[in-house]
Amino acid sequence: MSDAAAATGRLTGLANPTRFLALVDRVVPWLGGAALLTVAVGLFLGFAAPEDYQQGITVRIMYIHVPFAWLGMLCYTVMAVSALGTLVWRHPLADVALKAAAPIGAAFTLLALVTGSIWGKPMWGTWWVWDARLTSVFVLFLMYLGIIALTRAMDDPTRAGRAAAVVALVGFVNIPIIKFSVDWWNTLHQPASVIRFDGPTIHPSLLVPLLVSAAGFTLMFFTLHLMAMRTEIWRRRVIAMRRLAARAAEGGGR
Amino acid sequence: MTSHAAYVAAAYGLSALVIVALVGWILADQRARRRELAELEARGVRRRSDRRTAPAAGGGAGAGR
Repeated sequence: MSDAAAATGRLTGLANPTRFLALVDRVVPWLGGAALLTVAVGLFLGFAAPEDYQQGITVRIMYIHVPFAWLGMLCYTVMAVSALGTLVWRHPLADVALKAAAPIGAAFTLLALVTGSIWGKPMWGTWWVWDARLTSVFVLFLMYLGIIALTRAMDDPTRAGRAAAVVALVGFVNIPIIKFSVDWWNTLHQPASVIRFDGPTIHPSLLVPLLVSAAGFTLMFFTLHLMAMRTEIWRRRVIAMRRLAARAAEGGGR
Repeated sequence: MTSHAAYVAAAYGLSALVIVALVGWILADQRARRRELAELEARGVRRRSDRRTAPAAGGGAGAGR
């Protein structure tokens, strides 16, 4: 009981932006360092791993392509949870989290599309096909662009946040479509080979570097997200302080 | 298979470029906002939560955090 109370207390404490900023200041250097180190180890292991017996050297694109695709979906999931935070719990940092995450998710999704395309050319013989997996990820990228535009379209961050939260929640339907597109439809993209009921179908010599690299890029995402959230809180403080200064100047002029 | 090295290099090169641009943008945004906050504080502007000693100046709601 006291544990639950303590946990609730911590969550409420984080709703205070000043306390949140202090936490971010403490965590970001360590998280960023861990991210760089883990990505470096993952990619080193990837390049030290044997080439694929069919794909040869191009399998090395997997160590970045797969983490980027996972992060494109993870980031959107973080945004959907933040959207619930805005609409249901009215957590003061929820719309900050959503707005800060969108450009980072867009960047990772773009990279998943670009690296996939570069991998597709030598392996499939084409840069692009409008099949289920590729098209649904492209739609995810467009959703990100729409949400980025929406969060910046209105002057009042609370109203913009609520509109973006609704769009983000509705768009979440695309995430299971992306995940299962390779099973539901006939597609050029290979089916799931890591997260599946009967276990991974990739040999451990390639799977271990992939998982390390994915862990590293995930740490990188959370580092960048916390940094972007801190900047967004500062941006809102600047706006609030300018408004106060303007009001004070008006009052003094009378 | 060696000719495929160019595809791997292109994938890694473009990825590095986009990630560097993303980190650079986040850092530039961070620096600009920090400078604005410092300028406002130097001008003596305080957030409401920092002005507990100041007399309450005319009501009015606002999203001052």
